[in-house]
Amino acid sequence: MATSAVAAPTSAARGTPIPRSSRDRSERVVKSVLLSFSLLSIVTTFSIVVVLGIEAWEFFTGFPDKPGIGLVPFLTGTEWSPLLGGEQKFGVLPLICGTLLVTVIAGAFALPIGLVTAIFLSEYAPSRLRLVLKSALEVLAGVPTVVYGFFALAVITPALQRFSDAFGTWNALSAGLAVGIMILPIVCSLSEDALRAVPQSLRDGSSALGGTKFDTSVKVVLPAALSGIMASFLLALTRAIGETMIVALAAGSLAQITMNPSNQVQTMTGWIVAIFTGDAQANSVEYASSYAVAATLFLMTLALTLAGTAILKRFREEYE
Amino acid sequence: MTDVPHVPVARRLLANRLFLATCVFCTGLAVCVLAVLIVSIMIDGVHRLSPDFIANFASRKPDQAGIRAPLVGSIWVCTICALTALPVGVGTAIFLEEFAKRGRLTEFIRINISNLSGVPSIVYGIIGLTAFSRFFGWRAGAEPIELGSPDSLLYLRLPFGSSVLAGGLTLALVVLPIVIVASQEAIRAVPNSLRQGALALGSTRWQMVSRLTLPASLPMVMTGAILAMSRAIGEAAPILVLGAPLMVLETPANLMSEFTVLPMQIFNWAERSKASFQEIAAAAIIVQLAVLMSFNALAILVRQRLQTPLQ
Amino acid sequence: MTMMSPMQTNPTTAAATMPGTAEPISIRAAGFDGFYGSFQALKGISLDIPRNQVTAFIGPSGCGKSTFLRWMNRMNDTIAGARASGTLTLDGEDILARSVDVVDLRRRVGMVFQRPNPFPKSIFDNVAFGPRLHWRHSRADLEDLVEQSLRSAALWNEVKDRLHASALGLSGGQQQRLCIARAIAGGPEVLLMDEPCSALDPKSTASVEELIRELRTAYTIVIVTHNMQQASRISDRTAFFFEGSLIEAGQTETLFTNPKSKQTEDYVTGRFG
Repeated sequence: MATSAVAAPTSAARGTPIPRSSRDRSERVVKSVLLSFSLLSIVTTFSIVVVLGIEAWEFFTGFPDKPGIGLVPFLTGTEWSPLLGGEQKFGVLPLICGTLLVTVIAGAFALPIGLVTAIFLSEYAPSRLRLVLKSALEVLAGVPTVVYGFFALAVITPALQRFSDAFGTWNALSAGLAVGIMILPIVCSLSEDALRAVPQSLRDGSSALGGTKFDTSVKVVLPAALSGIMASFLLALTRAIGETMIVALAAGSLAQITMNPSNQVQTMTGWIVAIFTGDAQANSVEYASSYAVAATLFLMTLALTLAGTAILKRFREEYE
Repeated sequence: MTDVPHVPVARRLLANRLFLATCVFCTGLAVCVLAVLIVSIMIDGVHRLSPDFIANFASRKPDQAGIRAPLVGSIWVCTICALTALPVGVGTAIFLEEFAKRGRLTEFIRINISNLSGVPSIVYGIIGLTAFSRFFGWRAGAEPIELGSPDSLLYLRLPFGSSVLAGGLTLALVVLPIVIVASQEAIRAVPNSLRQGALALGSTRWQMVSRLTLPASLPMVMTGAILAMSRAIGEAAPILVLGAPLMVLETPANLMSEFTVLPMQIFNWAERSKASFQEIAAAAIIVQLAVLMSFNALAILVRQRLQTPLQ
Repeated sequence: MTMMSPMQTNPTTAAATMPGTAEPISIRAAGFDGFYGSFQALKGISLDIPRNQVTAFIGPSGCGKSTFLRWMNRMNDTIAGARASGTLTLDGEDILARSVDVVDLRRRVGMVFQRPNPFPKSIFDNVAFGPRLHWRHSRADLEDLVEQSLRSAALWNEVKDRLHASALGLSGGQQQRLCIARAIAGGPEVLLMDEPCSALDPKSTASVEELIRELRTAYTIVIVTHNMQQASRISDRTAFFFEGSLIEAGQTETLFTNPKSKQTEDYVTGRFG
């Protein structure tokens, strides 16, 4: 029956044609709107650099009415005492030390546990268990950081105080552990992605040579996924460095150079919080110092993110 | 020849066992942490939950304090954030994936977006404060310019000050990279053969996007959008920098109203050492987590509802 | 349908006919070169494609036949670094000119791909996709057009009761016929088919081949195929490509039974490729 039916469908000609001019015009309008949206992200970066840069510059070189702090004293000073009566000191090292101490504790907790959990999820766990665990991790990833801060104060710190009297209400260990819990799902899910991206043929090859599951996972899959795992570590540490609410609640407010996790510390983000929740005058030196600290923080996270993306890019090239 | 020392099989199997045990231990630890977190907060806060706790405004007396203002504030801020971040984010993703030719500019935009996603949220708070609350110091010290009547929803005061609008826009900056990256992944998941098909029928780029790739990637775009919003609704640091008042005694009436959000209220209460404040902080956390769980459930629902196989 | 075209028809070339016959030429290539970056994929192709006939392109993988096909509706525009020179005309109008409205060109030159690529939409919306791009139709006209297109593609009887079901639920052969219906619904003059049966089972292949034979009364069809039996079954004319050059073109029967070139003979007799 189809043999008779072949004729070009003609009713197309019955419709009203949509003119090229209107079509091209909307195409142009849409394209320029979308382009301007994309440029907004560049504007944002530009604003970050300019805002932090200008305020920090003023802080270093001097205000209309008072002298600046200077870049070198800021970066090398070992005392941060802007609010105490007497001489104000703006050496950022104690804040960086606080940030690093919290980050190191968080990393020491989250990186190994996250990686091992990722190996378990990717190589060992049966698919149903994997699904359950992944959704548990998703819940952890969605918990607001202020909740972890509360958890640090209400649960971790009292628990630490049972072990030792050295721990005060605020201490670096409690904050560090809470930050570690916060970045755990990041490490875990990104590392797992990297592990699962390793081709199955590598695993089969290892098993065929008589490797145990352990041999396969640790000696074959892990090295193959290493750059992806390193990238996940860097991204997680970036989050740890920039974390604010946990340290604001649990780390304390005394800027000091210490490696003792039972001490209280102030981080860079902690100082910014102290300024914006305190009653510092908007044109005071200590207020301006928060911009200089924020600029330092921005540069540190920028360096880590760039390193992370560079590693990831290499990782992608390996498999393409 | 056969004297090459070899690792006994038993030892290799033992290593295998030990490693599996380590795996189970670590995974168990992660799950335990989640369990302890939820249980401890429940124990602390669940007895403080009541209709009054939801309906009351903040108070100096913990027994009368409630979360009405922060809860409504969170909804306002999140809505503004969604209305701005989603179109811009999805639009950027469409531009990068469907329109942009591979060149220096697009490569720069791509790198820039990945860097923006690593910027701490408190830095965005500082930028939001400078850009939206103060318009870069424009009219500093002078009275703000008013547009429209305070009775109207669209009443504007320039600069925006510590208003819900400034808060929503600041959070939009925070989640924008997340929205862009999630949407890019969603759009990339649409098979190229469909694009070829649409172009071969004589679609323009935009016709192809609006009629084919965007509808096809919508479930994934929506899932990403909801997860980005759940990030926004949990953010406290940028709002803290903008200067939300410690105690807000009314819900927002227009875009220029003062506001606070749930995570900020949790922070304020958690900071106090008195046990009763700790309890209401825990209660507020339970509400916050409930809101987040419903966001997650919504995301799963959307994924299942709209999910059609692409090919 | 040509009334839609904003391009001016050049009367002298439009009247061109195949040498020695009265068959009008639809697509003409002369000294046509195609490049991907610095790689020359097509070298000096000169070929006339007659209207309302089936022309098959054969040749080993990578010989440039698909690339050539994709220049006829400028699909190569989407590939960075692709460029072409020489003459390529449709009804005497230059296809390669910068001023050409590719959207209208692609409406006039439909394309069917190697793998069926139905959109994740209903059967109806798939077929209506093209018409909706180019015209404002009343609902009744559109329904009529969809029905006609599906009938032309010999698919109507199988899908008329589930027009609003997802096109992804169809079998592979049905999906490919749907893609043909979708391609002809926009009212093209030419149908390009890039190995349309290579992803189909033998039964579906037979139904698509039968359809191609029927469609040539209304359309100029250019089909790329790996399968020489297929080319001999369905085409009126055949062109043999090898390493970017057109080796030989002519009546299918002649080319298969009495090829002029040794290379063609080796290929059609299966000695290489």
